[in-house]
Parts: sequence; structure tokens; C-alpha cells
Amino acid sequence: MGQTSIEKILARTSGKDVVRPGDIAVCRPDIVVQADLFLAMAGAWHRPKKVFDPDRIVQIFDHAIPAPTIKDASGMVEARRFAKQFGLKQVFDIGAHGISHVIVAEHGLARPGELLVCSDSHTCASGAFNCAGRGIGLSDLLQALTKGLVWYPVSPTIRYEFKGSLPPVVSGKDVFFHIAHTYGAHTNTSLEFGGPGLKALDMSARRTIATMCAEVGAEFALFESDEITSDYLKSRSERPVTPANPDKDADYLDVRSVDLGDVEPYVILPHSVPKNGVRLSVFDKNIVINQAFVGSCANGQIEDLRVVAKILQGRKVARDVRFIITPGSQAIYLQAAREGLLTTLVEAGAVVTNATCGACYGGHMGLVGPGEVCITASTRNFKGRMGSAEADIYMGSPATVAASAVTGIITDPRKVMPLNA
Amino acid sequence: MTDKLEIKHTGRVWKFGDQINTDLIMPSASFRLSEKDRAKMAFSAIRPGWAAGVQPGDILIGGQNFGLGSGRPVGSVLRMCGIVGLVAESINGLCLRNCVNYSLPGIDCPGISAAFEEGDIARVDFITGKVENVTRNTTLQGKPLVTLLAEIVVSGGVIPMLIREGYVETEPTDATSD
Repeated sequence: MGQTSIEKILARTSGKDVVRPGDIAVCRPDIVVQADLFLAMAGAWHRPKKVFDPDRIVQIFDHAIPAPTIKDASGMVEARRFAKQFGLKQVFDIGAHGISHVIVAEHGLARPGELLVCSDSHTCASGAFNCAGRGIGLSDLLQALTKGLVWYPVSPTIRYEFKGSLPPVVSGKDVFFHIAHTYGAHTNTSLEFGGPGLKALDMSARRTIATMCAEVGAEFALFESDEITSDYLKSRSERPVTPANPDKDADYLDVRSVDLGDVEPYVILPHSVPKNGVRLSVFDKNIVINQAFVGSCANGQIEDLRVVAKILQGRKVARDVRFIITPGSQAIYLQAAREGLLTTLVEAGAVVTNATCGACYGGHMGLVGPGEVCITASTRNFKGRMGSAEADIYMGSPATVAASAVTGIITDPRKVMPLNA
Repeated sequence: MTDKLEIKHTGRVWKFGDQINTDLIMPSASFRLSEKDRAKMAFSAIRPGWAAGVQPGDILIGGQNFGLGSGRPVGSVLRMCGIVGLVAESINGLCLRNCVNYSLPGIDCPGISAAFEEGDIARVDFITGKVENVTRNTTLQGKPLVTLLAEIVVSGGVIPMLIREGYVETEPTDATSD
């Protein structure tokens, strides 16, 4: 019997020919990413006395940069000391910073067929590049940094076969919502994405979908590697790669077909994602919003900013709505400036912030207060996620959020087409 | 090694529902607090004051997809509260890592929610997966904790292992706030 994409990577990195669901794979990572957050957390960081391979360790500051508290600043002093002590070469400190999964993508650090370790739950983002990654904890990270080892239970895999292509205005985010709403939680299963419709999903859409798979409780979420993958990596990584595409006779828990042409814009209702969505075409509630947010590892990409700017062009953010937009990295910020997007966004009355995890996790800025309503194109809508536990967080695509920011109520973006279209 | 492993706990249960996420267990607002103060905020958004009622040795029972969410060290928080074991309809993979790695055993046990009322006494053998409701004299079969994970729990968690093996310093380096 053949193997799925994820089984192939876990087998190779654990030195086995084959792994099967139920096994525990003890793997050697190809790359380990350290972020800032845990260094500011009491009792969490024990200084490593040795590291497994400084050339395979990447340090990225994202959750609290620039530092909002002395504790965060102090954590980053320790992070810089650690990087110097072991001669880390791949350090993305302030000025070169961005959300870790975005920096990883931009610099070609998530490579097909490889295993990436990072202590953030949205590490499944690397699956867009056929690179295995899943969230781990700080103690896992310490073990990976020092011993170069990390364990994973091998889970059964569900395969999604895409066909067709996306209708206008419908995005990768809506594709994820469609899957999450239709099939619900995917606890302790890995996901694999392929099929003839894959070519209709650009890298931006794939990155959004892979990143969001954490929200349905998936283990790994891997896209097959194709020409779009290799084109994206061409200018970003020189190291030859060996994609881990599945065998024809791989064993799946289930194979599900998704016709992209059937996907519509969704809104996800407050407090959880699985089976909690409504197609906007039948959403009949009049939900007045106080805040709109576009950003995070899922939707802080340049493509997301372009979508938002297109809708805001020549319009104003509604009265009493705060529209916060966070580019995913310094490079995206610069690109948005070059394309004139920042001008459009600011002229419309939106706030464009520094590149950080920031408002998405309610840890840095842009928090919501009691009784407020936010619609967000980020990763999570848990109670209290973006500030007050008394706030309601709805989720939508960047287009849905931008359309809602303009009207002041949750709005189907197809009703607010660009003025210059 | 395997036949010597033993992880058994008997304790009073606290019952939570489906889709309990990490942000409820360890809110973002608690990140920069001491470990002790962080524990006091566990579940504060849905059950204010819960942590104060926990007695050392209590067991937590969860519903479907327990611990969905982020990589925050929820096992450390629950242990600090006094919880010694977790049994749920299903435990999110990241949450399970973050429990086991902090020496808090956790197993899936379909049917657990219906089998217990809050305050019942549970006897759980995490190695065999046997879960008994001592109060009601019923027994369920959960999924045993796999050997490697059981070894981590018995060893006191990953960080104590790394300390013993000489990979990291004994004391944590805490960020200062002044």
C-alpha cells in the first residue's frame, strides 16, 4: 500500500521506509523556527546549552513587535542574546520582521517534502508548499532546538479533491469556510489537497487555506506540489527539493470532492469555526459592526491588501467603524506602498499598522471592548480572542470584511463591487 | 520499560463541554503574568472563579475537540491549578502535546461526557485507557496513552528531561517587567 504526502515526510524524517496511522514518528526537522512570544512568558524559557544545528534555526519576531511592554522587550533581549551565542544567521529582527509564517513563505524556508518546526499553532501554513508543519508547544520547541528531535502521532489522512474554478469575488478563505462549514472539525486527522482544481488556486489562496486548517483541529494540512509551487519557490530557494506527492494507492480515511465553482462567500458566526458558517447570499441578519480587521498569517498577504484597496477605492469607511489593516511583513508593507495601496486605504479612513500578529490574538493592539462587534479576516473567533470576552467576533474573507467596513454592517462583497470595475 | 509504566489517578471531576479552546484555558491577557496568577485566570471567560475551587488531584473531563487553538502551555496551567489528568471525547493534537509535555496525562474516551456528572469521582488508568465512574459504578474504555507519551508524563515532562540530559539550564530565564 502506498503513502500519503504527510506519511512520506514523516517516514523520511524519522528514518523509516513507511509510517502508518497509529505510529509515533520521532523526526529530525529540516528547519526550526523560533518566535518571540514564549520568551516573555514566565517559566517558559530555559536557556539552551547547545543547539542541534545553528544553520537550521530561524528566529523571527512577530507576536509583540515593536515591544508593547517591558516584559516583551526583555524577552527579545534574551532572544537576541541566544541568536548571538549560537551564531544564528537567519534572524528576522525589527525592520526585517513579519509574521513568522509569512516570512517563512517569502524566504522560501518551507520547501516541498520537508519538515518545518515552529511553536505557533498556524505552522500548518507551510503545507501550502507541500512542507509538513503543525503547531507544537514551547517545550517541543526547546527539544527541537537542542536535540533536533520532535515527535508526531501519525494520523489518518482525509483528502480533498478540488475541481472547477472559483467564481468572481470568492477567495481561498471562502473555500476553507466551505470545508469547515460542510464537514466540521477534523480533530486528529491530517488533510491533503489536490485534484484538477488545484491549478485554479494561486499560492495566496493555498496559504490561506493551509493556515486556517488549525481552526478545524487538523494535524498537518498539505497541498500537492505542482508548477505553481515551483514557480513560487524559483526565486526564493536554491536548494533542490523532493516534493512528497501522494502515491496512487495511498490509504485515506475519506476522499471528498469540492467543486470550487459551488463556493460562495461565507460569514462565520462568533466563538467557533467548525459548522458555524452561513452563506452570505442567505444571511439575513443586520449585524452592525464596530471594528473590521484584515491581517494575520492567513490574510496579511499582498493579494489580500489589493482586494481590500480595490473595494475601498473612492469610498470611505463607515462612520463609527474602525478598520484596521495589518500587512503580514515589512516586505508586504513596502510592496503596498509601491503599489499605492497604502494611499487608497488611508484615504478611505482605514488604519494600516506595522506587520505583527497584533490584533489577531488580542495581544498587542487593536483590541475590542465589551459589547462590541468585530468582523475579521484573520485566523480565529474564539470568545475573548481579540480583546473582551463580551465581544462578538465574526469572520469573513478580506473582501467581505472590506465591504462590511464600508457599509457598517456585515455585507456580501458581491453587493459592493469596485467602483472602477 | 513499558510494563513498568503506571499512570493512575482517582479524583473528583470537573466537566466541560465541546469545543473548549486554548484561549478559554489560558487567555491572552494572562500571558505576561506569573505562572501562579496565570492559573487563576483559567476558564475565567466562561466560569469565573473556577481555578479557586479546584483541589489538587482533581480530574478534568472535556467534550469534543478539547483544547482546539494555539500553542500556549495549557498543560502547565491546568497542572498549576491542581488538575492531574484529562479525559475527553476527543483531545486536539496540539493540546495533547502541551499536556503530555508538561506531565499532564490525557486520553480520548468516547462517551465520557454522558457517563459523568460534575463532582463524580473518576478512577482513570491512562496506560490501559480504563475509566471508572466510582460514584455511579460504571466503566468505560478509552484509548490508552501510547508508550512514548506515557514515558514523557512519567519522566515529569519534556523540560525536566532536557534539564537532566544537560540540554538546557535548570532554572528558567524569565523576562523582567521593570
